[in-house]
Amino acid sequence: MKSFEYASPTSTEQAVSLLAREWGQAEILAGGTDLLALMKDDIVAPRRLVNIKGITHLEGVSADARGLRIGALTRLSDLAGHAEIQRGYPALAEALIESASPQIRNMATLGGNLCQRPRCWYFRNGFGLLPEDETGKELIAQGENRYHAILGNDGPAKFVSPSTIVPALIAYGATLKLESPKGRRELPLEEFYRIPTTEAEREHNLQPYELVTEVSLPPAKYASAAHYEIRHRQAFDWPLAVAAVVLRMNGRHVQSARIVMGQVAPVPWLAQEAAQALTGKIVSAETAKLAAAAAVRNAKPLSQNAFKVRLARVAVERAILKAASGGTA
Amino acid sequence: MPDYRWPDSEDRSLIGKRVPRVDSPLKVSGKAKYTYDVKRPEILFGKVLRCPYAHAKILSIDIRAAERMPGVKAVHVIQGPGSIIHWAGDDVAAVAAVDEVTAEEAIRAIEVKYQRLPHLVNDAEPPTDSDLARLPLGVDDINEMLDKGVPADELIRQIQREGVTARVSENELDELQTIGVNHAVLDAIRGAFVHPSGEVRRANYRKDPVQIQGEPEQAFAAADFIAEGLYGASAIAHCCLESHGSISEWTDRNHLLVHMSTQNVSGIAGQMAAPLRVPAANIRVHQDHVGGGFGSKFGPDRWGIAAAELSRKAGGRPVRIMLERDAELKVAGARPSAYARVKVGAKKDGTLLAWHSESWGTAGPGAGAMPPIPYVFDIPHQRLEYTAIRNHVGPARPWRGSNHSQAAVITMCALDDLAAKLKMDPLDFFLKNLALTGPMQDVYREEVEIAASLMEWKSKWRPWPKSGVSGVVRGVGFSIHTGGGRGHASDCDLSIHPDGSVEIKVATQDIGTGTRTIILMVAADTLGVPMESIALHIGDTLYPPSGGSGGSTTPGGVSASTRRAAVDARDALFARVASALSAQPEELESVNGTIRVKTDPQRWLSWQEACSKLGAISLNMRGRNPNRNTPPDLTGSGVGGVTMAEVEVDADTGVVRARKMVAVQDCGLILNRKLAESSCYGGLIMGISYALFEEKIMDRTSGQMLNPNMEFYRLAGFNDIPELVVHLMTGGKYDERGVIGIGEPPVISPGAAISNAVANAIGVRVPFLPLTPDRVLTALDSREQLLEKQPGA
Repeated sequence: MKSFEYASPTSTEQAVSLLAREWGQAEILAGGTDLLALMKDDIVAPRRLVNIKGITHLEGVSADARGLRIGALTRLSDLAGHAEIQRGYPALAEALIESASPQIRNMATLGGNLCQRPRCWYFRNGFGLLPEDETGKELIAQGENRYHAILGNDGPAKFVSPSTIVPALIAYGATLKLESPKGRRELPLEEFYRIPTTEAEREHNLQPYELVTEVSLPPAKYASAAHYEIRHRQAFDWPLAVAAVVLRMNGRHVQSARIVMGQVAPVPWLAQEAAQALTGKIVSAETAKLAAAAAVRNAKPLSQNAFKVRLARVAVERAILKAASGGTA
Repeated sequence: MPDYRWPDSEDRSLIGKRVPRVDSPLKVSGKAKYTYDVKRPEILFGKVLRCPYAHAKILSIDIRAAERMPGVKAVHVIQGPGSIIHWAGDDVAAVAAVDEVTAEEAIRAIEVKYQRLPHLVNDAEPPTDSDLARLPLGVDDINEMLDKGVPADELIRQIQREGVTARVSENELDELQTIGVNHAVLDAIRGAFVHPSGEVRRANYRKDPVQIQGEPEQAFAAADFIAEGLYGASAIAHCCLESHGSISEWTDRNHLLVHMSTQNVSGIAGQMAAPLRVPAANIRVHQDHVGGGFGSKFGPDRWGIAAAELSRKAGGRPVRIMLERDAELKVAGARPSAYARVKVGAKKDGTLLAWHSESWGTAGPGAGAMPPIPYVFDIPHQRLEYTAIRNHVGPARPWRGSNHSQAAVITMCALDDLAAKLKMDPLDFFLKNLALTGPMQDVYREEVEIAASLMEWKSKWRPWPKSGVSGVVRGVGFSIHTGGGRGHASDCDLSIHPDGSVEIKVATQDIGTGTRTIILMVAADTLGVPMESIALHIGDTLYPPSGGSGGSTTPGGVSASTRRAAVDARDALFARVASALSAQPEELESVNGTIRVKTDPQRWLSWQEACSKLGAISLNMRGRNPNRNTPPDLTGSGVGGVTMAEVEVDADTGVVRARKMVAVQDCGLILNRKLAESSCYGGLIMGISYALFEEKIMDRTSGQMLNPNMEFYRLAGFNDIPELVVHLMTGGKYDERGVIGIGEPPVISPGAAISNAVANAIGVRVPFLPLTPDRVLTALDSREQLLEKQPGA
């Protein structure tokens, strides 16, 4: 780890003024569960750390008729145990419990979870986010890509979006508030993520001088929801595929659906085709299977990860059936 | 003549009982000090510069900038210009500095120029073409083939194909003729191509001489059923939770004190002496507790030598080098991989006839060896071929039960496939052929029956499913194994002091197996005093030497030497106090803190009273193992064990979960039942890890390991550990074999048992461990295709 400057602002205005114009200069420190490991492994080497844990109003959950507002500094363990989330957003509560080991959940914040860097082993071993060999050939396409992207992988980005909470948040229709010296902006969470095409870009459209301050969730009444992970280990593990499903029902028929896959693409993958396939239908083994097939219809596996297409399909199918049968209780 | 024999069961106060390990309170309270925890005054932190390339030549090293950095106290070049690097992460240079950050910055300041060389990091099946690069044969190779009974025509073919390393003299040929080598072979040697010296290429593939037993070709022709399959297990890391490392300090110009994380306290000084140019007698090695070794911690390692060199350059200040987690997984050893194409044949009734294996594997830069296949079963007719792959994945080291777990996977899975082909319950198939296991067959028979009952095998086992499977399915499988080492050389000093206190000194180590506890139990049982009244000193070269903890040899070694020392000390004490009890020494016994007359327990002295008669000088006795002058041998070797697994497979996702594991194990005379059971529990858990999760994943382009961390180098967590049932074999016939180590055997079979259970659940073999979801799905797909082509297959 290289030496760095450490700042502890107490307001968001101070915090964003301490950030830099370019990536790599300053990093935001919240729970530190990802950043400190990246620094120790020499993957990032910021000159300044901006510790935001002193900005106390960024922590906590408030609920009203418009839904739920969650401060970016709220810890995953607190969120998972929050009564409003357990009652109103059970699929999110389940995703939170599964999101990390207990020690990590006790430290990690929601904002940090949304901004965490990919777990791609080329990235984490210092080869870069879009690694190439000396001749300019993509390392991952010719290398060990069993855990890499099966969707959205046409460009040089082959990593998968790491958060296992984001699919549930997007399925529930979460929006994100950001703050910078230029002001505030708010956007749907799915629009926060993008697929980088150069090493200079990151996997989200946060500006280097911008701070995630809040996540809002609309009311989820009358929704049936489920979160489903396929993991190699039963103990904590980065899943091979994640699916989050929120169905709004009209009697026995699906009025509208939001189906989001995780660990399949460089961004959380909103499966519009799957949602369309389910809309207006009664959920059955048959319709769930068809919707799941639609979700991965455009998948293009790499040399070693064809199995992930099946896992993503199974995850979606099981999540739909789980949601329809009462969902995550 | 002293009677060293282990006491009969009715005379044992502690031996064989369930005694909690004595260091548990220290460990659970965090008070136990591991090498990683050792803090020395004025300590410096060492870091190692590692080569990023898997195969390269070092052209130049410039350490000047590092040496000039403030806080840097020493820089040491480990491998200088001209050295060839054979794996990514190999040590190039080391730095000692006042803190870790400075040391890291300093190694970044070292400039190394490399010439990259082509690397190979896969261990896939060797190419079969005849151009396969091989090393020519030496006289030793030819002798080895003759010893192994390789038929003359095969021998001639190999000599003609490979050539020889040097011209074989007529004298040597005459010698061969006198031991019965026929003329055709001698002519082949005479006519063989001699490779010019210096032109022998260090090939990536080296095929061993073929080994043949019986008449495999005829035997296969006579077989009614033949199963063919592909089996194996990948290279895995030892993944010690306490990484490798040491703290070295020169207490004066010629004396070194080393704190080292090791399984070989007594063997380290001898390995450090030559590289450090100092007598072994001047090196003191100390260790209190160690966080895992599993076969990877027998030497000081290059980084251990480097720490001592850095300390010397830094005026003797202590220098600490403990490997980072990534280095631990990359360079601190691996279990060699082993794979095989196996053909195995039997008669209709299940009688095993013939085995043919073409196996291969890698031990990294050194040539690996064929695992002992066919394992346990000495199948009458065999043809064994093995190709060692030399590559750049990093060095291999022995791993808990060297090569046995790989041999079990290859053998027990092939036999399981043959049982499926015979449409036999594998239990019946194994029992039918048990005679091939030799002298242990009765042990295996008894164990298999107990295991089957604990697993409820007969109600759970079903033939392999005939049609495709979906959803969650269950299966059971099992495997048998051997192993278990005779006690190693071990000396032990036992003193009885006039105040009644007892002290024991042995330079052994407790690698988490309970060595401390069993030494205390043996001494306390022999002397008739409580364990708590004995002070035990281990883990320091100041004490009498004791072997390294490998090959399950420690319990036998330390218990035998402790028993001998304790018997001698007790008898010497009897001689001193006999007159006070108006008895002969041999009429006395030491029980419950008293010394009394066996036939008249009313005549007794308390232990303290008895010891006070020693006068001013303590009694001191040295026990030795082995000691052929004073029989009996208190240790034995060779055990039998059975592991059964029940698994659940999600046929839609390929995810496998262990649901129940049963281990039935013998280990001769059990010293501490609780510890022996713990060894089995640990073996089952470690077995689940390598069966389902562990794998060194290498990038072919860069030659680097991609998962040198504990998130993608997966070990079983609590939720991956199912119900574990352990049964130990006890009783007279086991006791009389003496003490046999149980550290390794329980980890040998779980991989094969789990693989067999998965095959039983889904009706198809997943060839290689770990049984990852992608491999399970691939196997299921291949079965689907087969079923479409030949329904009912």
